[in-house]
Amino acid sequence: MSDAPPLIAYAHVGKSFGGRGAAQRVLAVDDVSLDVAEGEFLAIVGGSGSGKTTLLRLANRLIDADSGSITVEGEDVRAVDPVSLRRRIGYVFQSGGLFPHMTVADNIGITPKLLRTPAAEIASRVDELLDLVRLDRAPYHDRLPHELSGGQRQRVGVARALAARPRIVLMDEPFGALDPLTRDALGDDYHALHRKLGLTTVMITHDMTEAILLADRVAVMRSGRLLALGTPAELSASADAYVGELLRTPRRQAERLNVLLPRDGAA
Amino acid sequence: MKLFSDPRWSEALAHLPDYLGNHVRVSVAALALGLLVSLPLAIAARNRRVPRSVLLGLASIVQTVPGLALLALFYPLLLALANLSLAWFGVGFSAFGFLPAVLALALYSMLPVLRNTITGLNGVEPAILEAAQGVGMTPRQSLLKVELPLALPVMMAGIRTAAVWVIGTATLSTPIGQTSLGNYIFAGLQTQNWVYVLFGCLAAAALALGVDQLLALIEIGIRNRSRARVTLGAAGIAALVAATLVPSMARAPSAYLVGAKTFTEQYVLSALIVQRLRAAGLTASSREGLGSNVIFDALASNDIDVYVDYSGTLWANQFHHSDVRPRLELLDDLKATLAQQRITLLGELGFANAYALVMPRKRAEALGIHSIADLASHAPAMSMAADYEFFSRPEWAGLQKAYGLSFRAQRQMQPDFMYAAVASGEVDVIAGYTSDGLIAKYDLVVLDDPRHAIPPYDAIVLLAPKRASDSALRSALQPLLGAIDISTMREANLRAAGNDSTSSPDAVARWLWEKIGKR
Repeated sequence: MSDAPPLIAYAHVGKSFGGRGAAQRVLAVDDVSLDVAEGEFLAIVGGSGSGKTTLLRLANRLIDADSGSITVEGEDVRAVDPVSLRRRIGYVFQSGGLFPHMTVADNIGITPKLLRTPAAEIASRVDELLDLVRLDRAPYHDRLPHELSGGQRQRVGVARALAARPRIVLMDEPFGALDPLTRDALGDDYHALHRKLGLTTVMITHDMTEAILLADRVAVMRSGRLLALGTPAELSASADAYVGELLRTPRRQAERLNVLLPRDGAA
Repeated sequence: MKLFSDPRWSEALAHLPDYLGNHVRVSVAALALGLLVSLPLAIAARNRRVPRSVLLGLASIVQTVPGLALLALFYPLLLALANLSLAWFGVGFSAFGFLPAVLALALYSMLPVLRNTITGLNGVEPAILEAAQGVGMTPRQSLLKVELPLALPVMMAGIRTAAVWVIGTATLSTPIGQTSLGNYIFAGLQTQNWVYVLFGCLAAAALALGVDQLLALIEIGIRNRSRARVTLGAAGIAALVAATLVPSMARAPSAYLVGAKTFTEQYVLSALIVQRLRAAGLTASSREGLGSNVIFDALASNDIDVYVDYSGTLWANQFHHSDVRPRLELLDDLKATLAQQRITLLGELGFANAYALVMPRKRAEALGIHSIADLASHAPAMSMAADYEFFSRPEWAGLQKAYGLSFRAQRQMQPDFMYAAVASGEVDVIAGYTSDGLIAKYDLVVLDDPRHAIPPYDAIVLLAPKRASDSALRSALQPLLGAIDISTMREANLRAAGNDSTSSPDAVARWLWEKIGKR
């Protein structure tokens, strides 16, 4: 790891949901400590109910932690106004989360507009972002979300997250609902943007293959606990049974693909 | 096209700017007030279960109160408030007409607006709300930029329903002194002027449909994000309001308002008084179709200037006496009582319009019935009909007590229908009015009241407190006092009950003036 201070740091964070009685409460995040370095692409992998989405939302205070502390860009998030915190962190929602009554351009420009950026500046920024996420300006600028395909909607979602030039982007299963081809293309495109813009990205996924292919490091969550954290190579050395199980699928896929699709001169 | 060659159509059309203008103004004001109250309430209560159900429950209860009753209830309520405010702050306001109508109609409009606003806001997907929060909106920005725009089509549907309800119900604001398209309907029903009834219904329906279509245009515009449609609909509504405001501003308000209750004779007499005042060079107009409970209070609080009432009605209903006095004694007593409220009893017109038990002449002769005392033994096998108030009036209690009357059945009817009902044998006896021309027309007989259970009902002219020493008004009305005898009034009422062009209250009033002017 680098010597620079982490951009996002979770320290002994806990969060539970549910009724008032201790018996009814469900621990969604249980004593998690995790640092994300500047420029890093971190994937959080886990099944449903593993606490991965909660962990992500704690970072921009869509949810507040019960215990422990979270710092973003060196500041304790509890000391920061949550609205301004969210405006400087990009967030990509599952299946886009676009506002259905706003055009593509208005969706992309919403955060700069909330920040009272001048209209002309927003307009040129929107065009720049459409180029960045590889959507043609003219046909898409004034379209409404329901007129777009799933992949196009998610490209707009990424453009919206980047509009206010955040250093950090949080992504909640951004490519989960897409067909495999679109998903692959979008993943690669985003990865390139991450590098080009020097972003720090935390992405949630339930797909270990996607995590391994895109992320620098992978965090594995189960029942609210951080089970393992490391580069794909470090994870593959893990002795944990659940981590092994998660890695079995990409491994088996890779083996079978090598058998089924032999390349001349390779393998 | 004989139907439309009737001159009453053009007469009705002449009233349209006034009636329609008032109708639109009261409806728009009520709807605006209703929205102003409902929208913030719905927004505040949308995510709180208990306030939400309380709010919707209350609005539903209001909806179950018949429109006529709701409007009528607001008059005494506001009158009491106005008196309190006058006593405490020295500032009074008029509880008559516009204000109670707007308040009652606004209350009436709330349910669909509340329900659709809450439904619309709660129908916004949670994922969209989360996205609004995630891109950095404050709760207020989320409401204004995301939730309300998305809920707007559903909200507009509620506003449309409210607008149609308000426009329809506003026809019922006539009895509390608010001029509306209901004036056609109330006057038409009372004077059997079906042209008026039809005209009023058609006009109200056309207005409701027109406004509904304009609002529909806005709703569809919002749904399809078509700015042109929204603008067109809004411009249509604005044009309608402007068109009804302009003529009323150009017209000078009348100095004298003449009240009339909801029956034929009252329409004729108020038309006569308006004609006399205008002939004397005063500006006057009538406020017709006022409820019996409203008209006296309206005079006492100077909201109307003059109207004709009946001594026995005031005696029994307004001052709650249960004893019956000789005619002149009762008049003197009444004059003194009214003077305490600074109301002037200017004088009698010369006839009495008393309640009387009435039945077909042939049937009465066959059964040997001459008086109410004779009727009593036949009553248990008979049915009786009366107007909407008779059975709850003290006179009825007095009659029952004096003669031991008890009928097999009692029915309430529109006064103008009951004469035909008794003539056709649908009911056996009715409580008719002695000045009604239909008694002669249907060959009915008035039964004697040997025990004097029914008080005298001299027609008397009353002046509002502020007109107590108005000599111009007094001298204009002087020629009417003692000038109208019972047979003249009967004939006038019979003419007014006709269903042709000479039977409008104005035409009959002119006939009446010619007849009494000659003497």
